[in-house]
Amino acid sequence: MTELIKAKVSELLANQTADRVLGWKKGEFFYDETPAVFQAEELDDLVYDGFSAPNLSKYLIKESKKEGKVIALLKPCDTYSFNQLIMEHRINRDNVYVVGVPCRGNLDINKIREKGIKGIQSIKEQGDELIIETIYGTKTLPREEVILDRCLCCKGSQHMVADEVIESGEPAWEAKADRFEMVTKLENMTSDERFAFWRGELSKCIRCNACRNVCPACSCLQCVFDDPASKVQAKSNADDFEENMFHIIRAFHVAGRCTDCGECSRVCPQGIPLHLLNRKFIKDIDTFYGEYQAGADIEAKGPLTEFNKDDVEPSIVKERGGK
Amino acid sequence: MSLNEETKKEYKPLIVAFCCNWCSYAGADLAGSSRLTYPTDVKIIRVPCSCRVNPLFVLRAFQRGADGVIIAGCHPGDCHYTSGNYFARRRMTLLFSMLDYLGIERERTRVEWISAAEGVKFSTTMNEFAKTIHELGENKKLRDLRCEE
Amino acid sequence: MMMYKINVDRLPELYAKMAESRALYLPIEKNDQVEFHPWNADACVRLDKLNTAKSAKDLFFPQTENLMKFKMQGKNISIEENRDPVEPFVLFGVRACDVRSFDVLDKVFLADPVDTFYQSRRENGVVISMACHEPEETCFCHAFGIDAADPAGDISCWMVEGTLYWKPLTEKGQALTETVSALMEQAGDQDQAKVEESQKALHAVMEKLPLYDLDLTGFDGDHLLEKFNSEKWAKLSEACLGCGSCTFVCPTCQCYDIRDYDNGHGVQRYRCWDSCMYSDFTMMAHGTPRKTQLEKFRQRFMHKLVYFPSNNDGMYSCVGCGRCLTKCPISMNIVKVIKALGGENHA
Repeated sequence: MTELIKAKVSELLANQTADRVLGWKKGEFFYDETPAVFQAEELDDLVYDGFSAPNLSKYLIKESKKEGKVIALLKPCDTYSFNQLIMEHRINRDNVYVVGVPCRGNLDINKIREKGIKGIQSIKEQGDELIIETIYGTKTLPREEVILDRCLCCKGSQHMVADEVIESGEPAWEAKADRFEMVTKLENMTSDERFAFWRGELSKCIRCNACRNVCPACSCLQCVFDDPASKVQAKSNADDFEENMFHIIRAFHVAGRCTDCGECSRVCPQGIPLHLLNRKFIKDIDTFYGEYQAGADIEAKGPLTEFNKDDVEPSIVKERGGK
Repeated sequence: MSLNEETKKEYKPLIVAFCCNWCSYAGADLAGSSRLTYPTDVKIIRVPCSCRVNPLFVLRAFQRGADGVIIAGCHPGDCHYTSGNYFARRRMTLLFSMLDYLGIERERTRVEWISAAEGVKFSTTMNEFAKTIHELGENKKLRDLRCEE
Repeated sequence: MMMYKINVDRLPELYAKMAESRALYLPIEKNDQVEFHPWNADACVRLDKLNTAKSAKDLFFPQTENLMKFKMQGKNISIEENRDPVEPFVLFGVRACDVRSFDVLDKVFLADPVDTFYQSRRENGVVISMACHEPEETCFCHAFGIDAADPAGDISCWMVEGTLYWKPLTEKGQALTETVSALMEQAGDQDQAKVEESQKALHAVMEKLPLYDLDLTGFDGDHLLEKFNSEKWAKLSEACLGCGSCTFVCPTCQCYDIRDYDNGHGVQRYRCWDSCMYSDFTMMAHGTPRKTQLEKFRQRFMHKLVYFPSNNDGMYSCVGCGRCLTKCPISMNIVKVIKALGGENHA
């Protein structure tokens, strides 16, 4: 796949469709890829595989404001974020040439480690299996056992926007787990149980801001939590309250704009399931105001920038009790 | 009265009411001039429109010791700015639902539409809400310990 | 000093005994995350876990701590010192890299003027270290001259075939050992041989690690400007998100901010970790001295690999624990920086 992509972008660079490529750069090991901008002569380090998890859309805010045109490699689910940023006028579409790349579902290095695999020397994807060489011996794992959680409820293999799509010929990743399963489970708990669940999770927060900074929907020039005039600026959670406040507001600020790309949970160094906050908003929006997928259609109006005269009243929250 | 009862501190809830300038705040005025009462536990903060209420305002009220937060605005269709309350309605529905999801008592938050002519509604709403909060007791789940005396 | 041993099955007794007189912190799993938490009988102890998610520095340099309180009463302001109380504690199961990080922090906080908050925690804490068992590809402590098989601390421990070997190294360690020695047996020459054998085995594994020979040539005060002015920083920092994950999981990052929280009737002054990756790091009236992410990114690595060693007799302020390698959202880390600017790439 990497070779196919390299050939395609080399061609596009050669015929001057664009002058650089935004993609993933090979890491030190076999799983630590870094987003990078490549010039034609640097393409050797470009890589695309199961570990190309970072969503590159957010980098285009800056990249598309530079001179020239950039080729952006976007996985199907990254294109939702890209569209959303187009809707919000954050990306200069004219300066981006989107090359859609097929996705087989991203791999989760933490899940691989949880399987007791240590001292990794190399990881090879072979069909539906991963062959992992470690200093303690060779291990084989079925690919589907170590898929990143977000990919277990994939939005599909279609690119929402692309100037060109690279076909792999391989079967597309299809996983249709119910993405609201855990949200529903939480809703069915008692209020106290939910409180205990979220205290347990949010008390792990170290306020590193990784969730916020990686989020393609969080693109404010200055976040309210960094602004001394906001009175809520803080660099640490000095009280439980601040843990709650930060995460409620973070999720609320992206409500209706969150495409459910799952980057927040992927990057959390403390393993907090942050996507469960975003998905609660998505589920409520779907229930109250009709199904809506942010980033699917750039003509659609966002659910919080629109209203109906017969919308439900806030008292619905009390009436349906927890749901 | 026994000594015990004397020293027992009576629970005084703190309720923050964000009232829109054009309808609900005027409703509170009418309640006053009509000699209708509402509990002194309710502290009114005047806002230009119910949609001025940022979710952070609600959270900050709780942080600073509120036991209940109520947002009062013009009836849907009667917004001074045409549609502000419709947006507020969506936002507050989602925010309240999120607070409930985090295990915060759902009775602590409320939205009510009160027009300038509804002094009676203002008074009964506030009395009712204060009673609910009184029964719920202190807000222990969403408070900041640094703000306590 | 004498070495002792105890069977793994009897460890809970050992924990209970130590916890009688003071708080005992161990790598404990809670909500799927292993961190140093206070031990109790129901705790899920994970001595097998190579590294805790956050480092052990939290015990000596917590993320937030109270300094003082200002109370306003009418026109009077009263000042009250309300530092968090520190009581004797034991920190059990610290890896060699994290133990070294305490030396790095000591250089900062115990130098004149002494940070009494840190000092009192250091004096009250007994560090029991644990030799590594199955190191990871992300480990590179060897590059900093740390021996994972022979960790420092007040007491060193080795886990060999279901037995924990325990060796006090300092007076503090000896004093703690005396309170629990009744539970343990004295180790003999044969045991000593077993420990040495396990150390050899670990060394053999370490040599196979991909980052074992990480070359730090060129990272010193003499090459400060050359490193500072390198053109490579632009590419290295390009994808940095400016989050603080690396700094907050790092055992040696020691920057902090002192902030006032106005609670409406007074002010709580507290200190909290800060991150050089943040936009408001070292913010002054005229703004921040490092405006771009490139400068912020460069600062972090220059500090660890150049400024710190040139001010502290060559001691790097990185211990090779590898946490930032696994936690960075975009997998940009100190190893990539070292490889790009040092070793064979060092001009």
